[in-house]
Amino acid sequence: MSDPVNFVANWLKTVFTNWGVSPTWTTIIISIIGVVVLAGVALVIDIFLVWVERKVVARFQDRLGPNRLGPFGLFQPIADVIKLLLKEDITPDKADKFLFNLAPVLALGMAIALWAVVPLAPTVIGSDLNVGVLYIVAIGSISTLGIIIAGWASNNKFALVGAFRMVAQMISYEIPMVISLLIPVILAGSMGINSIVKSQPVWYIVLAPVAALIFLISSQAELGRAPFDISEAESEIVAGFHIEYTGMKFGLFYAGELLHALTIGGFFSCFFLGGWRGWGAETYPILGIVYFFIKAFFMYWVIMWIKYTFPRIRIDQMLNLNWKFLTPLALAALIMTALLDKIFQNASSVVYIIVMLGGNLVLLYIAYLVTGIYARVERKKVASPEDNRVNFPIKSGANIVETQSSERVQA
Amino acid sequence: MQTDWLYIGIMLVVAPTFAILALIIPRILAPHKPSKLKSETYECGIQTVGDTWVQFKAQYYNFALIFLIFDVEIVFLFPWAIAYRQLPLFGVIEGILFILILVAGLIYAWKKGLLEWS
Amino acid sequence: MTGLQILFLIIAAITLGGALMVVTTRNLIHAALWLILCLFGIAVLFVLLDAGFFAVAQVVIYIGAIAILMIFAIMLTRKVAKDSGSQTNSTWPIAGIVAIVFFGGLVFLFQNWQPIHTLPPTLPQGYNSIEQLGMALVSPDGFLIPFEVASILLLTALIGALVIAWGKNK
Repeated sequence: MSDPVNFVANWLKTVFTNWGVSPTWTTIIISIIGVVVLAGVALVIDIFLVWVERKVVARFQDRLGPNRLGPFGLFQPIADVIKLLLKEDITPDKADKFLFNLAPVLALGMAIALWAVVPLAPTVIGSDLNVGVLYIVAIGSISTLGIIIAGWASNNKFALVGAFRMVAQMISYEIPMVISLLIPVILAGSMGINSIVKSQPVWYIVLAPVAALIFLISSQAELGRAPFDISEAESEIVAGFHIEYTGMKFGLFYAGELLHALTIGGFFSCFFLGGWRGWGAETYPILGIVYFFIKAFFMYWVIMWIKYTFPRIRIDQMLNLNWKFLTPLALAALIMTALLDKIFQNASSVVYIIVMLGGNLVLLYIAYLVTGIYARVERKKVASPEDNRVNFPIKSGANIVETQSSERVQA
Repeated sequence: MQTDWLYIGIMLVVAPTFAILALIIPRILAPHKPSKLKSETYECGIQTVGDTWVQFKAQYYNFALIFLIFDVEIVFLFPWAIAYRQLPLFGVIEGILFILILVAGLIYAWKKGLLEWS
Repeated sequence: MTGLQILFLIIAAITLGGALMVVTTRNLIHAALWLILCLFGIAVLFVLLDAGFFAVAQVVIYIGAIAILMIFAIMLTRKVAKDSGSQTNSTWPIAGIVAIVFFGGLVFLFQNWQPIHTLPPTLPQGYNSIEQLGMALVSPDGFLIPFEVASILLLTALIGALVIAWGKNK
């Protein structure tokens, strides 16, 4: 009884075989049952994520959050869902009807589809795909498509601008994210997510903290959560790509975003925090599921923490951070990991860990120094009137300083 | 191998089906009283002017181009990363050379100011 | 007919239908989305051929990057997203006949070509094709030169594309 999930699967298999179902159909039927159960569980968790999100943001903002319905307001999301189901759905006249409906389906569907490759426990995994990491990236590309469809099909200027910003952000941050994922792949020698988890007696956050940091930042941007939420900046474009969506269609976008955030937390824990690894997880897989969800929810909380702490950044800052900082840093980390690992692979494990960790820390320190120098140069550029090639509209404050100083020169 | 993909295939069918179900239930339960005003394009209360189809900044295209090149590069690197354990140091350096050549492209775009958003 | 063959026929039909819609639909954005359906069908065909890596690479590169680039390019244009001209010209019946004849010829040729009737050998247990690909990419007696040349080609493509895209604005 240490592994109830596989126990049920095997029991079903014997039942079907006794009924005279051929092995192929047995596999297909069991896969369908597995998928439906997994997707159902993901959706139930998703409903309660609404509660988690509201409760946590309330705490960050020194409020109480929902606390009326049920213990600690636990039944609030159920009321929310009933309300969404009963709301009138408004489709704008000018919208492209089919695509308008397709976009929210893609948004939630792809967030659920990611769970197919999440290893919940050593033996509980939907599909141990040998290209798991790229599968995540591929599903991410389809979500990107969902957003561009939403923006275009709404036939609304705000929606289109929001979609453009979001897509530009998602495709930009996909680069450092995928490069940072290459590092666990190199260390584990496999793209299967379960193999990556299995090869982590030492969590990869120790061996590759830089990659973990880059993955965290860039997945935050992939999610479009603050500070990277220029795509739905309320003060500029109202709600971005989902401005025209009402009722359950909006609900699907919302649910998709929350579930995606938890999924990213889960993947972070798989790649860098040892996934289901923990005391006794090998013998009692059910414990592995518990460990996995503890780590996933911890990372989900970190993602929320970032979201509710930082102010929104501008689009030029977003692009600069990605192309001038994260991408070069990720490439440097990749090169460094590849070299150090090859040179020290036969060293004792203590030496190996120290070398990898030390290399990463040195890299972080260099990155810190370089950004410091870069910032100083930028500030000088803004401050000196002769060499002012920076003309972002938002830097008008700096321009005032500049005009004053040039006037002073004339005077 | 194919069992793994079978599961993925079923998932890619079932997951959108759940979402479609969530869209069908309101069709039955929710009221439906469309009016001309309701189904107009939302623009904070003012009438929308002109086409939605406005010309976008060419820079979005530039970033998509740079992204495309890097995406192709990274997909090339995945087989290399998987074979990494079996490779001699020479093979590892080959991969690094591959990365460095692409970094030259990034540096080019940076120096030409194509990474600036203006 | 096995289940796999039926699946192949369905996917192939969807792929071809998508491809047909790309060239017949009037709306450019719709054409791009049909193209994405077509590319996705090809990814599924890769899966049926047991080439999982190519399937995901197809989705990541073609759908995730190239199709997005195309949509961006369409949106950069002004009001040409709807094509109003005639979609056929006077020679379309001849072109159709030629296409059908060529298709029939290909089918006839493949009927007599032996390798198409043999099933691929099953891979040995634990054979890691992606790892073999990775080894071959950087081994001197494998594809080392094409691999490095590919990187230079990508660099050239990047610089060239940026020069063309940026040339007039600066």
